[in-house]
Amino acid sequence: MTQLTQILLAGLNPSDPNDWRLRNYEQREGYTALRKILNEKIPPDAIIGEVKKSALRGRGGAGFPTGLKWSFMPKQYEGDKYLVCNSDEGEPGTFKDRDIMHHNPHSLIEGMAIGAYAMGIRTGYNYIHGEIWDTYERMEEAIDEARAAGLLGDNILGSGFSFQLYNHHGYGAYICGEETALLESLEGKKGQPRFKPPFPASFGLYGKPTTINNTETFASVPWIIRNGGEKFLQIGKPNNGGTKIFSVSGHVNKPGNYEVPMGTPFAKLLEMAGGMRGGRKLKACIPGGSSMPVLPGDIMMRTDMDYDSIAKAGSFLGSGAVIIMDDTTCMVKALERLSYFYYEESCGQCTPCREGTGWLYRVVHRIETGKGRIEDLDLLNNVADNIQGRTICALGDAAAMPVRAMIQHFRDEFIYHIEHKKCMV
Amino acid sequence: MLSAESLKKIDHEVTKYPADQKQSAVMSALAIAQDEKGWLANETMDFVAHYLGMPAIAVYEVATFYNMYNLQPVGRYKLTVCTNLPCALSGGNDAAARLKQKLGIGFNQTTADGKFTLKEGECMGACGDAPVLLVNNKRMCSFMSSDMIDQLLEELSK
Repeated sequence: MTQLTQILLAGLNPSDPNDWRLRNYEQREGYTALRKILNEKIPPDAIIGEVKKSALRGRGGAGFPTGLKWSFMPKQYEGDKYLVCNSDEGEPGTFKDRDIMHHNPHSLIEGMAIGAYAMGIRTGYNYIHGEIWDTYERMEEAIDEARAAGLLGDNILGSGFSFQLYNHHGYGAYICGEETALLESLEGKKGQPRFKPPFPASFGLYGKPTTINNTETFASVPWIIRNGGEKFLQIGKPNNGGTKIFSVSGHVNKPGNYEVPMGTPFAKLLEMAGGMRGGRKLKACIPGGSSMPVLPGDIMMRTDMDYDSIAKAGSFLGSGAVIIMDDTTCMVKALERLSYFYYEESCGQCTPCREGTGWLYRVVHRIETGKGRIEDLDLLNNVADNIQGRTICALGDAAAMPVRAMIQHFRDEFIYHIEHKKCMV
Repeated sequence: MLSAESLKKIDHEVTKYPADQKQSAVMSALAIAQDEKGWLANETMDFVAHYLGMPAIAVYEVATFYNMYNLQPVGRYKLTVCTNLPCALSGGNDAAARLKQKLGIGFNQTTADGKFTLKEGECMGACGDAPVLLVNNKRMCSFMSSDMIDQLLEELSK
């Protein structure tokens, strides 16, 4: 893997248990970007300009241009503003932010400090998925290290710039990965999404202007400042700058995180993950986390891994979670499990999602258990239609999209299940 | 109602938020309370509410919304096994079946000796290490083959 371009996981030595520490991070050019900004008093607009130039897009799932998001923060606002990192990584198939925080936590801290400087923010929170407790403890320790070294806190490196950063943990709610649900949760409430507008840039945490980015997004920023936005862009492709960590899971020999330049062919990524387990045939792949439409194997094998290429192929890059399924996988069963997940995790606020996710699960469940009817396929699409676009947040869409795509690409298998009351595979 | 040690931890969490936003510490306060008590009885939640200056109902709302809070007594070890799709593709259901068989209980049940409670979990964000399970919310165990599960149960049974 050394020949590959890496940014987020570059130079890490997994066999050294202290590799995450501040001293090691500094040996990897860590905090040189923040030091440079503060020493040279680089204007905030220039930093945002550099991030814009890099074509860094949100790594949490939506792919929104980061520099543009940063430019939405009101500059003249005198009161408190907040910076929030969304490390509530719960999208099935995704486990990259955990690795970044575990192995390279200071890259996130430095990225957030740079973002805070660029947007005139003095306080930040890192909201961490509840199930990864050791990662939360690691981040607590990393923040303590940075604070002790004068890289966080009041008057950082004597520059007059102050930034306080704190970790906050979730406790088991997928919906809190949705940014406004996350804000509610951070305020000590149920994680139910808010109506947008107003957007967090005008009404966010505690009603103050707030910017929320994903862990991987922030962790990419120090490299961009060190090496320039142009160079980051060139590593990827136009409109899809930089590298991306893909979390490969399912039927491969070496599941894990693989950082590759945007635009890397899927076939190459599959090869890096050790190829198909047992040499079996690739049947299907969900390329961007469980909420994204599934694609048949042959389409995936012709697709490159970047936002625009995957969108063209009929799905989305999402969080970069690549779920691989071989020809022993029953697609009805796969969908049944995913539909159960969305039913379980719907926050219950909007009727179409609260009721519709239950309908989706129950209908797929009855097909899986041999009680399906042929009209159920239309019924599923109809329920999906009545959820999608009719809810406050995207969880409804996330529940509906896999259903539609599974039925679209594997219709024969659903029909076989209904007619023969058993799996095709 | 809670030990001095727990209160000290809660006090530390409170310092992370603005002085007029103590409620932000409720999630960690409940987690700390649960670590001490094993589960969240109403009086424990009432205490947390009083301690943070929140209405009790607001604390109940939080405790009932997030999956990792125990609203009923659980065994000494709560084992939560992920069966979501990525884990299921790599043996998550086999891990669940092994646990059920070895413990002689189903999901949401506790062994007669009060030692183990089994739960079905949703994505823990560790799909590359599948099958994964959590012990008492905090200790994640990776690559849980049948052998590894047997070893874990043996260790916890001591």
